[in-house]
Amino acid sequence: MKRKINDSIRKLDKTCLPNWYEIPLAGAILSEGSEDYETGSWRTRRPVWNKEECTSCLICWLFCPEMAIKVTGGKMAGINASLCKGCGVCANECPREGAMTMVEGGEYRDCKV
Amino acid sequence: MALNLKELSQREPLFTGGARLCVGCPAPMIVKQVLYAAPHNPIVVNPTCCLEVSSAVFPYSSWKVPYYHNAFENAAAVASGIERAVVALKKRGRLARDKEFDIIVIGGDGGTYDIGLQALSGMLERGHRCLYVCYDNGAYMNTGIQRSGATPYGAWTTTSHVGPAQKGKQQPRKDIVQIAAAHGAYAANASLHAWRDLMRKVQTALNYDGPSFINVQAPCPRGWRFPSSKTVEIARLGTECCFYPLYEVTDGGKKWIINHTPRRKLPVEDYLRPQGRFAHFFQKGNEYLIEEFQRQVDERWEHLLKLAEMS
Ligand code: SF4
Ligand code: SF4
Repeated sequence: MKRKINDSIRKLDKTCLPNWYEIPLAGAILSEGSEDYETGSWRTRRPVWNKEECTSCLICWLFCPEMAIKVTGGKMAGINASLCKGCGVCANECPREGAMTMVEGGEYRDCKV
Repeated sequence: MALNLKELSQREPLFTGGARLCVGCPAPMIVKQVLYAAPHNPIVVNPTCCLEVSSAVFPYSSWKVPYYHNAFENAAAVASGIERAVVALKKRGRLARDKEFDIIVIGGDGGTYDIGLQALSGMLERGHRCLYVCYDNGAYMNTGIQRSGATPYGAWTTTSHVGPAQKGKQQPRKDIVQIAAAHGAYAANASLHAWRDLMRKVQTALNYDGPSFINVQAPCPRGWRFPSSKTVEIARLGTECCFYPLYEVTDGGKKWIINHTPRRKLPVEDYLRPQGRFAHFFQKGNEYLIEEFQRQVDERWEHLLKLAEMS
């Protein structure tokens, strides 16, 4: 119940904003995680991953400040475009030439993420 | 627990994306490593700092662990209280006796070196089993890059100007690890690029029978004035030039261990040059700043070597 209140504030759904007495005590935040807040729109550059060159060493996953590197079963699986802020740390730290490169422009329209 | 990226990556992250920290911020890299390394159930205490104002913006929280935000000066006091509460609840049978918690404070250098030092000293002196992690970005970045006790000698900040009268901060950094070690706590200096070392230190600290303190180098792209992609690289340079050595103090402050000795100690120029806050070091007539910085780094490193040798 309480979790739903935080979530409805998140969506700014004016029709179901809670009453003051429904808001959790001390404004505590009862839902966890903030992946639904899209920081991807901040991006002015974007990382492009080359699967052929990648060895799945996961260095990029370790250092990505936005948890935007997707990993499945211990293997690198791409970039989460709704979270990646385009900092370029992944491309800078990647030990493999050409496995991760930064390109200008924040939008992923023409290439697969 | 094995420190293996393949295995770690299959566990659920306890700090998620969507935090409103600057692009290329070191704080989440450190938080991620600390929480992955924590062996029990982590409870996080977070004084006001960049991390707090950006990761817990109502109604969002990037944390998947119990998380307390408190004022700048009392993080260590709050952590002490939580640790005592756990003991009391166990005594009264309201918490299972075998349920273990890792009480971790994660604070910035302003809240640790300066404002929260008194509470930190109290926590270490009373011997609470808490871990205090300071992510050390060397200034009050959250409020607009004001100098702190952690700002290095000569660095520009918005309150240590560079002009004809003075060239950046006039004083050297405070040695907080030595202060923590003097309390008899487990104390360590770590850096985010050396992730194995950092995670091992977190585990050692949380299994240590007593209070612990870890200072972690956190290069801040915004305040140190370097491109956001270089966060990890600058940290590496900081360690390789011995400005930010990796070491730990165990045995109640008696045993000093150096965890990494650079194969070839880099000159401090390599560390200073990429950072805009040291740009004035490279102007004509200011060469003495580099020499003085190098002298201070060498002096501390020699001192550290002696301590390690003696103990
Ligand atoms: S750092 Fe490079 S090689 Fe390693 S997983 Fe990431 S993209 Fe692949
Ligand atoms: S550019 Fe930065 S935020 Fe985006 S995936 Fe790489 S490290 Fe993560």
